[in-house]
Amino acid sequence: MIPGQFEYHAPSTLDEALALLAEHGSDARVLAGGQSLIPLMKLRLASPAVLVDLNGVDSLSGIEESDGQLRIGAMTRHSALERSELIASRYPLIADAAAVIADPLVRNRGTTGGSLAHADPAGDLGSVMTALGAEVGVAGPGGARTLSIDELLLGPFMTTLDEGEILTEVRVPQPEAGSGGAYEKLERKVGDFATAAVAVQITRANGSCSAAGIGLTAVGPTTIRASEAEDALTGSSLDDDALRAAADLAAAASDPAADLRGSEEYKRDMVRVLTLRALRRAVERAGG
Amino acid sequence: MVAETSPEIGGMGHSVKRKEDARFIRGRGNYVDDIVRPGMLYLDIVRSPYAHARIKSINSDAALEVEGVLAVITGETLKEFNLHWMPTLMSDTQMVLPVDKVMFAGQEVAAVVATSRYAAADGVEAVEVEYEPLPVVMDPFKALEPDAPVLRDDKEGKTDNHIFHWEVGDRDATDRAFEEADVTVSQDVYLPRIHVASIETCGCVAEFDSVTGQLTVWMTTQAPHAIRTVFALVAGHVGLSEEKIRIISPDIGGGFGGKVPVYPGYVIAVAAAVVTGHPVKWIEDRIENLQADSFARDYHMAAEIAADSDGTLKALRIKTLADHGYTDAACNPSQFPAGLFSICTGSYDFQNAFAEVDGVYTNKPPGGIAYRCSFRVTEAVHAIERLVDVLATEVGMDPADVRKKNFIPADAFPYQSVFDWEYDSGNYEGALNLAMETIGYDELRREQAEKRERGELMGIGISSFTEIVGAGPSRHFDILGLKMFDSCELRVHPTGKAVARFGTKSQGQGHETTYAQIIAQELGIPASDIAVEEGDTDTAPYGLGTYASRSTPTAGAAGAVAAGKVRDKARAIAAHLLEAEEVTEDDLEWEPGRFFVRSDPEKGVTIQEIALAAYTNHPQGMEAGLEAVSYYDPPNLTFPFGSYICVVDIDKGTGEVHVRRFVAVDDCGNIINPMIVEGQVHGGLTMGLAPALYEELSYDESGNPLSASFVDYLVPTAVETPAWETANTVTPSPHHPLGAKGIGESATVGAPPAIANAVVDALSHLGVRHIDIPITPDKVWSILRENGITE
Ligand SMILES: Cc1cc2nc3c(=O)[nH]c(=O)nc-3n(C[C@H](O)[C@H](O)[C@H](O)COP(=O)(O)OP(=O)(O)OC[C@H]3O[C@@H](n4cnc5c(N)ncnc54)[C@H](O)[C@@H]3O)c2cc1C
Repeated sequence: MIPGQFEYHAPSTLDEALALLAEHGSDARVLAGGQSLIPLMKLRLASPAVLVDLNGVDSLSGIEESDGQLRIGAMTRHSALERSELIASRYPLIADAAAVIADPLVRNRGTTGGSLAHADPAGDLGSVMTALGAEVGVAGPGGARTLSIDELLLGPFMTTLDEGEILTEVRVPQPEAGSGGAYEKLERKVGDFATAAVAVQITRANGSCSAAGIGLTAVGPTTIRASEAEDALTGSSLDDDALRAAADLAAAASDPAADLRGSEEYKRDMVRVLTLRALRRAVERAGG
Repeated sequence: MVAETSPEIGGMGHSVKRKEDARFIRGRGNYVDDIVRPGMLYLDIVRSPYAHARIKSINSDAALEVEGVLAVITGETLKEFNLHWMPTLMSDTQMVLPVDKVMFAGQEVAAVVATSRYAAADGVEAVEVEYEPLPVVMDPFKALEPDAPVLRDDKEGKTDNHIFHWEVGDRDATDRAFEEADVTVSQDVYLPRIHVASIETCGCVAEFDSVTGQLTVWMTTQAPHAIRTVFALVAGHVGLSEEKIRIISPDIGGGFGGKVPVYPGYVIAVAAAVVTGHPVKWIEDRIENLQADSFARDYHMAAEIAADSDGTLKALRIKTLADHGYTDAACNPSQFPAGLFSICTGSYDFQNAFAEVDGVYTNKPPGGIAYRCSFRVTEAVHAIERLVDVLATEVGMDPADVRKKNFIPADAFPYQSVFDWEYDSGNYEGALNLAMETIGYDELRREQAEKRERGELMGIGISSFTEIVGAGPSRHFDILGLKMFDSCELRVHPTGKAVARFGTKSQGQGHETTYAQIIAQELGIPASDIAVEEGDTDTAPYGLGTYASRSTPTAGAAGAVAAGKVRDKARAIAAHLLEAEEVTEDDLEWEPGRFFVRSDPEKGVTIQEIALAAYTNHPQGMEAGLEAVSYYDPPNLTFPFGSYICVVDIDKGTGEVHVRRFVAVDDCGNIINPMIVEGQVHGGLTMGLAPALYEELSYDESGNPLSASFVDYLVPTAVETPAWETANTVTPSPHHPLGAKGIGESATVGAPPAIANAVVDALSHLGVRHIDIPITPDKVWSILRENGITE
């Protein structure tokens, strides 16, 4: 559990960080909260020659609403999401998830940007941002660009970020009236990655569902969007039959692998159970 | 009855705050990894990625190129000194470093010595080992099949993977009882492989002075004296000599049995210190600890009970396969290859019983240690407590009633069990009654019936266990021939303060406090004035160490006996000091801390005055000083017991088990420090919850460990742990000088079956009779879905 040798840089601006990445090319890795990267280095599963530490780049942290969006800086800690009043009052799905990522120690270090850039299919924020229809801001040698969450997350631990690019922020559309969301995570013990987890966000308008987002955690090679379940819900009256039907479709969309947490069948059924529970809570939160 | 002492003296029964905690909670403990010696080097270990493979070559060239790397030690290096193999405590053999083949994934293959911990790790990365994989045997049942590869081909003439057969009881009489019985039930019960996972991993700092031949080893060991003797015996041929070996066991961050064995890392570090002439530190990391250090349990038990149709127990029969990994590196007393498994008749009055255990080799790490239990007692208790529930269901009785019907009655003690243990004292029904009252048993049964009507799943589980601890009487108990007495050396200083040294070694049990209280009880010197020392073989008297809840029964008793001897001398000095009163020793009465004249209680002398006199004014003809030694050979073991009741609710959707309540009634005889006892029970219960619902060391078919880090080895946290409700009954041990019995392990032993019984009880109406622990959500889910229960 001792990492190999590496060179360490601690820039204080985004431009310096980008310049360092440009200079060191594929030898370099960005260090955010280090809660995924450092364990990998200690196990010598990752041995970057150069680390560019973003912890001194203050402009990358913060939570604010502007231009109809919630903007979360890439370096915002999970614990900041957990404690934010803005998030607690208007983004219950994010609040739910932030409270169950790992344990308090990890949450104090781990970041939103690191979590998404790491693209762990078991990462909680991937499915949350999928359900919320978020997009990410990216800065790089070629300038700034925007990717939808679906465009960003490519596969297991793979994103469409190019070499030398830094994910700078996450943008979540502000919820319309009648919206509600919830996160349901099944874990073996506190601090564990999910056996399965489900993020849902719905909007109810004039008695029926006008929009639905459902993201699945840890039940496939990457974060999964349960599109058929979303489609089935949209336009429905959100009664219990509709929720059950959506839960079945979400389970069908999952593609879990057996491991110590359980069999494929178990996990698929957990997607159903958790989707149903999350939808019931989301509907309740949506009110009316 | 034990005399009352004042709170200032703080003898038996006072919840004295733990003396050791001041340094622990301020971060001022002194653990092995805190030891730094001048010129110290660091050792790191290359480990096998294969569970069974021939080593074709080891190339150290690249490793020796790494800056800071000084040496690479292999089996060939050790072979030159004939130190590549070592004996285990069970008289088996274990590789220190292999010269031929590896036998489990994670086994030590070579060691790198370097000037820094980082350089050592870089060196490990650079050692090139070529392996030729061999067929892997993971399943102990398959290991016994005739065509199974013979794993221990190093043993001349070995043609199978069988280690030992051990049996106890009358097989024929038991078989007859089964044939004649109204009812028989049988159940396979597996206790999985688990790990103590103490917070501090294992390690040592070894320092060898080539001029004087002195070897000093700071080491994470529960038994420093035994280790010293083992080192002298194993390495005598290379010049180590017992008077020049000093083992120091400083503060230990949890032992639980995992720090009894001699691990290869210790021996390699000693060899490295001798070879390099520098002190060498070896501290394993968590993954190494979980994948290579001794496991516990891994018992496959086929258990059967014969009974009358009214639930009267008639006979017990258990056949067990014990998976020991590639060598039998358990730490049982020599005459007990299956430990004290023969306590499996439990709290019940069986007239017939037969038990047998066969040990088997597989390609798993070695061990079979007693994880917070006195040598295979957890296994025995789990089998009997599960089986009694299976029988209760079979005969349609409440599990509490079956237990009460069959308990050894309170007036039958001392009780001779069919397996020949003499249970010292007990009141089993008293403990169960208290547990039932505390938890409101009848009301819970009513609630359960209502919930069942509504389709909700709730269960109540009982475990009424009997422990067997305090090994042990020298006529039966030894480790490598060393008798299992323990010791105390007590010295009272002129100012009335004292130092007491013991042959045991606390790893968190609070010996510095409880031992001081024992002596305070006997001498009336305040516990706060008594320094307790353990763990340094140069200063402490010889003893076999701390495990198997033996410290209070053995060393604690030695403390009481030594204090009694000091008091005898103090009486003579007191009579001398009261000469003017014309009294003799016979005219003096003792109250804690003071001798007084029976006819004139105002006249007396305190133990502090006597202590001063022992050095300044002792009677002519008497030796000066006030000290005594006791090597205590217990006349019998002690038999703590208790009744635990657990209530669980099951989530129909996910299969999760929630422990709603857990009442633990323990009886450990007379209590020295109630707060420490409660703490021991809390910790033990949590370590019982762990294997019941969470922990298991698992492997894939190729022998790769699947739970070799805390990501998958699921140690429960405060969040998973219910609010334990504890209570006590007190049934003193008739043979222990203080009537105490030992409490360190009761809860670990007693809790798992209470939890398992509760879960099975919640599902019993579906026909469920048994679930092997750990009872994980996916296991429960499978049962629910098979029975059409869903959310
Ligand atoms: C014990 C433990 C339990 C955990 N449990 C959970 C859990 O239950 N749920 C969960 O979701 N997560 C869990 N995590 C992971 C945790 O949430 C991490 O914080 C997260 O996955 C990575 O965030 P980080 O800031 O630590 O990133 P780092 O570890 O610093 O980086 C991760 C990767 O992302 C890259 N990266 C980081 N930031 C950027 C950026 N701004 N732009 C481009 N690339 C970037 C890094 O180069 C690296 O490759 C756990 C971690 C631990 C140690």
